[in-house]
Amino acid sequence: MAANSTHEKYKSDGSLPGHLLEWVDARFPATALWRDHLSEYYAPKNFNFWYFFGSLALLVLVIQIVTGIFLVMHFKPDASLNANGVPVAFASVEYIMRDVPWGWLIRYLHSTGASAFFIVVYLHMFRGLLYGSYRKPRELIWLFGIGIFLALMAEAFFGYLLPWGQMSFWGAQVIVNLFSAIPLIGPDLSIWIRGDFVVGDATLNRFFSFHVIAVPLVLVGLVAAHVLALHEVGSNNPDGVEIKKHKDTNGIPLDGIPFHPYYTVKDIVGVIVFLMAFSAVLFFAPEGGGYFLEYNNFYPADPLKTPPHIAPVWYFTPYYSILRAVVWNFFGLDAKFWGVVGMGAAVLIFAFLPWLDRSPVKSIRYRGPIFKTLLSIFVVVFLVLGYFGTQPPSKAGEIISQLCSLYYFGFFLTMPWWSRMDKFKPEPDRVTMK
Amino acid sequence: MSNQKVDCGRRRLLVATAAVGGVGGLAALVPFVSSLLPSERAKAAGAPVEVDIGKLEPGQMMTIEWRGKPVWIINRTKEMLESLTKVAEAVVDPKSEKNQQPTYCQNDTRSIKPGIMVAVGICTHLGCSPSSKFKKGAEEGMPSEWMGGFLCPCHGSTFDFAGRVFKNKPAPTNLEVPPHVYLTDTRILIGEDKKGA
Repeated sequence: MAANSTHEKYKSDGSLPGHLLEWVDARFPATALWRDHLSEYYAPKNFNFWYFFGSLALLVLVIQIVTGIFLVMHFKPDASLNANGVPVAFASVEYIMRDVPWGWLIRYLHSTGASAFFIVVYLHMFRGLLYGSYRKPRELIWLFGIGIFLALMAEAFFGYLLPWGQMSFWGAQVIVNLFSAIPLIGPDLSIWIRGDFVVGDATLNRFFSFHVIAVPLVLVGLVAAHVLALHEVGSNNPDGVEIKKHKDTNGIPLDGIPFHPYYTVKDIVGVIVFLMAFSAVLFFAPEGGGYFLEYNNFYPADPLKTPPHIAPVWYFTPYYSILRAVVWNFFGLDAKFWGVVGMGAAVLIFAFLPWLDRSPVKSIRYRGPIFKTLLSIFVVVFLVLGYFGTQPPSKAGEIISQLCSLYYFGFFLTMPWWSRMDKFKPEPDRVTMK
Repeated sequence: MSNQKVDCGRRRLLVATAAVGGVGGLAALVPFVSSLLPSERAKAAGAPVEVDIGKLEPGQMMTIEWRGKPVWIINRTKEMLESLTKVAEAVVDPKSEKNQQPTYCQNDTRSIKPGIMVAVGICTHLGCSPSSKFKKGAEEGMPSEWMGGFLCPCHGSTFDFAGRVFKNKPAPTNLEVPPHVYLTDTRILIGEDKKGA
């Protein structure tokens, strides 16, 4: 962006800071970057509540990185037992909680932040569904977003092993064994991922490396690509119409307002409200009722004993339900393999949305009853799958999960047809202020 | 540039250089990818384990660690053994045809001695360790026709007293029976087939 920027380079106004900025600008596109991405990035003026979640996701990313840096200073990724017979990694987390000054706060910020990240990202994705934000010309923004979602899931999964509690251990055991379901190479692949024949010290150390270096680097890169692609094509809005169709004589969209100061100030309101809710959880319910930090994870990992009820953390449970719902063998391959395929497909199918949705309008405001009904049911189905993923296996849960999984995939796979059949309202020419 | 003739000699050199560079780049991946494999230390840590089952009463089960995995030893009662024939219709592989046990355990009870069951207590679905549900019927939250066995808490696979998986469950195969051998009447060596081998 900066390279083909149309801005004049900054000329000093004669003051000392002015001279300094001119000197920098001749050597680095500081002013151009500021203008392209903030003071002269024109966003539609009709953003509503749903548009807080992108900047909130960025805020949570910063919280996770900062708290993570400080946690690494005290954490020890070591599965061997200490003199008291407790795994060193587990003991070092307890040490952070009890002995490190303010360690409990930094750790709870990080653990609460993980759940907050998924809440914010799920709402951010739902916003995309509501207003058709993935539609042309924003397909790449959406695909980078899916990449971020995948990286986030990897990050959460690797991070969850580190405290080396019972849930850490058995959760990792299950997920790594998912790969052993792949025909031919599966068993060797899962050994390669673990670095041992069972989840052990080698696994803990490599997951630590992925969690603190590899995945965060990818994540930050994808976030940059997501924002750059967004700023290239411009933001969608609740009306789903392009603000670039109507520009003034200076080429500025008539319905656009500069991101800074208008949306930076507006987002501060969102940040304050978010931090109020975040702090409430952080200080009064950091375990989130057993959903943010699971009770079984307060027991050190025991490779010989699976807890009587194991469930992934809440944000994985819809996909876990889909995994459990597949109990049939197809084409001579085990149900286990198809469960894994189903789970993977459930995540990846979001990537095809830009091409599955054939509706002539983008926003739910101008779409008809078919979309509104099917999307509402989809939300309910997603929540029901999430609920059953937290529950012990049962016959009723299995059947309900199977029906919900069927709906989940049906919603996407039949979208090219039903999205065209709906009754649409005419889109406005310019954005509306509701 | 575009209307100039391509210098084929230089183009060939360019392609050859890129190809050699690419091969070198791929070769550089080998040490990194290989470093993730189990280390020599991890491979060496698989020694057999000797167990004394003299104090294992009928109906009891003990768990020992072998290669980091739980290995169950169950002293099956007569009633437990009888349940095996009763559930034969309901399990996927009643005759243990899939290679999940040494050949000397490919029999109706999946064991060397009918009473003593030795199995790796890791569900063949995704590697959780099933919980024992030895009591018949609904007493432990199982269906009323339950004959006793194991329930995997993760995805609900059920196994009988010989570690055979029931039909229509996520686990694809029976539990693994590790190689083992009786050193004496009450001492088992787990991890090896033959004495002193």
